[in-house]
Amino acid sequence: MSTTARPPGEPTKSWTVRVRERAVEALPPDKLLPDGQPTYVASWIYVFGVLSLAALAVLIGSGVILSLKGPAWWHFTGIGHFFNSIHMWAVELFFFFMVIHLWGKYWMAAWRGGRARVWMTGAVTFLIAIPCALTGYVSQQNFDAQWIATQAKDAMNAAGIGAFFNLTNFGQMYSYHVLLLPLAVVGLVVAHVLLVRKHGVVPPFEPHQDATLVAVAATGGAGPDAPETTGPPA
Amino acid sequence: MSYRERHRAQDDAARVWRGGYRPYDLVKEATIALGVVIALALLFTILFSSPDEKPSTIKQWSRHDPVDFVTTAATELDGTSGTGSYGPPYNHASDGQHIAFVRLQKWAGVSHPINTATDFVLAPLRAVPGQPALQQAVTTYEQAPAAAQSGWTTAFEKGLTKAKANPDGSITVPAGSDGPLPTMMTGLLSFAQSGGLDGALLTSRQFFQTDYTKSLLLMADGGLLDSRAQVDHLLGEQWGMMNETGSYPGQVWLWLYTFWYQIKPFSTSNNADILVMGMMTLLSLALVAIPFIPGVRDLPRRVPIYKLIWREHYRGAG
Repeated sequence: MSTTARPPGEPTKSWTVRVRERAVEALPPDKLLPDGQPTYVASWIYVFGVLSLAALAVLIGSGVILSLKGPAWWHFTGIGHFFNSIHMWAVELFFFFMVIHLWGKYWMAAWRGGRARVWMTGAVTFLIAIPCALTGYVSQQNFDAQWIATQAKDAMNAAGIGAFFNLTNFGQMYSYHVLLLPLAVVGLVVAHVLLVRKHGVVPPFEPHQDATLVAVAATGGAGPDAPETTGPPA
Repeated sequence: MSYRERHRAQDDAARVWRGGYRPYDLVKEATIALGVVIALALLFTILFSSPDEKPSTIKQWSRHDPVDFVTTAATELDGTSGTGSYGPPYNHASDGQHIAFVRLQKWAGVSHPINTATDFVLAPLRAVPGQPALQQAVTTYEQAPAAAQSGWTTAFEKGLTKAKANPDGSITVPAGSDGPLPTMMTGLLSFAQSGGLDGALLTSRQFFQTDYTKSLLLMADGGLLDSRAQVDHLLGEQWGMMNETGSYPGQVWLWLYTFWYQIKPFSTSNNADILVMGMMTLLSLALVAIPFIPGVRDLPRRVPIYKLIWREHYRGAG
């Protein structure tokens, strides 16, 4: 049964319909979850993007378990320490995969073809992930937390942000670590992935103007905002 | 063709791919990646676990090194400690760090006011019950003129350079013209060694506490954290807080932040923190803006790493 009261194709003033139509236009289901990939996507370097996402999922999963039991739990139970270790190694893997992904995308000049926002959301994700991890280290409630907090506070104070980012205030840092900064990272990652799906994976450089690439500007086809790779053949 | 026209043409050439496609299972790939990461995290956890060295306490510090504790407390009393002379956000003792006329630390103001004499010494001593002689000593100190207070702390600090720790945890300081200071500091040392000072520095206007700023700043003014950090290769000249206790990787992604502290002019500047933060802000903005920076954005085309990445594609095209 249809849940729409509007005949197809009829103009509408509904904000809901407009948002839906713009979303489907930008990301139709076969583009959102494609079952085909351009033939040039054939290198191990492409794996590091999805590995970064997988590490983020493990980070969030182990972080949720640690949050459910509270910040002191992992210090006095074996199972708590186990999940803390999973969380710590997941963050190491997350940064490792993300940095390789970032370098790989740099050497592909992955911002080409109207993909600057893809690069920028990825770079900002990396930059926001750094304080996200830092707040985790100072929320550990052990000597590492004491030392890192007392050392890193000077940089925050010198930059004038110590008033609302006080590394020696455990309660504030814990809030940043379990809510505010993960929310920012996940939001940016979602935006990044949707932009990748919208614009597709950047094609190779074509030093000799390979016939498979269409120099749109040269032929006067699409304007600067025209996106996107074409979808896979039906 | 100008640089701008050539760049525009190359950029537009990457918009549309009209070549071939191959089958691809995104959900399957993501599931396998998740499995691989879980397996790796499990493997590292089983092999290496994670570090968890117990935190230091003021009680532990005052028992382990009572001379250092009392020396630190004396500098808190006369305001010459690291925190006492810090400036914003703790007090107005200095303007803090700056780059030329940009004084972010000063402009942000004193958001966490700390009077080291009152907060770290006098108020905790006032909380010690049942010691009239101690309370009288505190009253004497508080009611004395500033010049007398300064003379007492100077004389006491001079004596502390020859102080000795006793087996019972107390210290012996050579006698001097230090007024009520010996009584006050003996009381503060006993209070700290009983664990009372740890609790007193957490006390605020409400029952629940999460802010360890005062405790951590007092401990950081002393030598205990530094001596532990040195053993665990965590000092600034040992690439500081990007490391972690034990042989763990720590925050290796902070290497570039830490790197600047190792070289001049940062390593010798009184404004090292704001200089490093300024440098990293510029570099971070540059990282985000790479698609728009001529030269940096053109490097990947000139360095043939892309031929490795897309070697299958070029092999097919050739």
